[in-house]
Amino acid sequence: MSQEIVQLLVDIVKLIIIASVIMGIFTFILLVERKLIGRFTRRYGPNRVGPFGLLQSIADAVKMMLKEEMVPGHVDKVIYVMAPGMALMTALSVFAVIPFARDTVVLPLESLIGFSVYLTPWVADINVGVLYLLAVGSLGSYGIILGGWSSNNKYSLLGALRTSAQMLSYELPLGVAVLSVVVMTGTLRVTEIVEWQTQFAGLAWIVFLQPVAFLIFFISALAEAGRAPFDLPETENELIGGFMTEYGALKFGLFQAAEFVHAMMFCTITVTVFLGGWNMPFLNEILNIMPTPIQALAPVLHLGIFIGKSLAVYCSLIWIRASVPRMRFDQLMAFCWKWLLPIALLNLFATVMGLAITAELLGLW
Amino acid sequence: MLNEVKEAITAPLEVAKAMGITLKQFLRGPVTNQFPDEPAQVYPRFRGRHALKRYENGLERCIGCALCAAACPTECIYVEAAENTDEDRRSPGERYAKIYDINMLRCIFCGYCAEACPTEAVVLEHDFTLAEYDRWDAVYSKEQLLEPNNPEYLVVRDDEVFVKADTWSSK
Ligand code: SF4
Ligand code: SF4
Repeated sequence: MSQEIVQLLVDIVKLIIIASVIMGIFTFILLVERKLIGRFTRRYGPNRVGPFGLLQSIADAVKMMLKEEMVPGHVDKVIYVMAPGMALMTALSVFAVIPFARDTVVLPLESLIGFSVYLTPWVADINVGVLYLLAVGSLGSYGIILGGWSSNNKYSLLGALRTSAQMLSYELPLGVAVLSVVVMTGTLRVTEIVEWQTQFAGLAWIVFLQPVAFLIFFISALAEAGRAPFDLPETENELIGGFMTEYGALKFGLFQAAEFVHAMMFCTITVTVFLGGWNMPFLNEILNIMPTPIQALAPVLHLGIFIGKSLAVYCSLIWIRASVPRMRFDQLMAFCWKWLLPIALLNLFATVMGLAITAELLGLW
Repeated sequence: MLNEVKEAITAPLEVAKAMGITLKQFLRGPVTNQFPDEPAQVYPRFRGRHALKRYENGLERCIGCALCAAACPTECIYVEAAENTDEDRRSPGERYAKIYDINMLRCIFCGYCAEACPTEAVVLEHDFTLAEYDRWDAVYSKEQLLEPNNPEYLVVRDDEVFVKADTWSSK
């Protein structure tokens, strides 16, 4: 076998592993969310299945799978069946460009097969990574819209319409906020943005340099992921579940999973773009003075830090969900168009001006 | 416009305040009563399943007058009286209840029966674990109701809910 084919196979295996691990983390996150929400309202949350309720998500998944799979008679069958999978798939595909660690691990297999195999801590490192993040991230709303449309039910359709309006609106401040980051770092490559943040002993987290962009990104991401207080697409009390109304069993479970993976995805993007990715301040400096065996552990350490940070961001999402009531739809729109977008644009303008002035002063032009 | 600017300033403060409140509740810990594992707490005036009382000398208080059955809004009590004789004396009065059934599936635990009873024979006690596998098991006979019924999974609180409305929050 030639090197390319082996490398391709390795990448495919990696892809499958990453997707499965993310789904595994999703079941864990689901439990964490229910437990934390419980604690915020002074309950315990699920604690009956397994020790500390750890098997609750699995029990739920088994329940979902064992339920009768049924398709209502009045739906557009093809799209109806496709929509949940599509929602989940788009949410999962974003993880392809997220770098989970810094260093590529080389498996020295020269003696065995004649060449080394490279294990990159990402699936793809494309030069327009940020663009890919935004584009695929917002594709997630497609599944929702198609699901609502194909259900042929007015509640679903209203939910889907709301989703499209909400996603389209919040896309703009989200994009502009990321644009200020891109202007600052001068690259669209996700790995380079993370690398940029390792400057100054890893203290150059973009959240410190661009707090306004971070806030706007975070709020818009909440809206994009349809999380409380922006969970208008589902609004149980007015739209009886919105786009999910006609779904049941495994397809409903897939929609739920898509929602959570979508939120997880925005957490990882926040960590990657604003919170230094896999890096911690002074981590590399400390690692550099360590003996080589410890340095070899760096990828594991990076991965751990990355997951820890993402979890922390996710917990803040849960905290917000427990605290802030859902917005009204006109408030949602007004908030986006009257506040977020102008502020994001001003921030972008200020970033550009600041960069230009510093460049001028330093005589870089 | 002025209003909106004011809102823009107060809204983040309010969100912060809300998050502070939830955090405070988070740190205070759950108040859930883990019922099957730990005893359930009921208030003294909680109305659960009935009990038929006895006098101290062991005689039944119920005299089979069926006033409780008449007062019951769901008609779930069935009383059939029989005469007391000197050989077989069950209650101090002339008659006693030969059959006394309460259908717990129909009962709404309103307590009217206890109020109607002239001898305070029937009272609503605290037990609430009335689930049965067969619906006919939910018809409690006189023998079941006469038994002393103080399950160990129940703790009767000595505070009334309206006396100290916020005892649960000062934990
Ligand atoms: S509590 Fe009310 S419903 Fe129940 S038996 Fe007594 S009177 Fe009837
Ligand atoms: S419980 Fe009281 S009201 Fe009912 S039959 Fe007996 S004595 Fe009469």
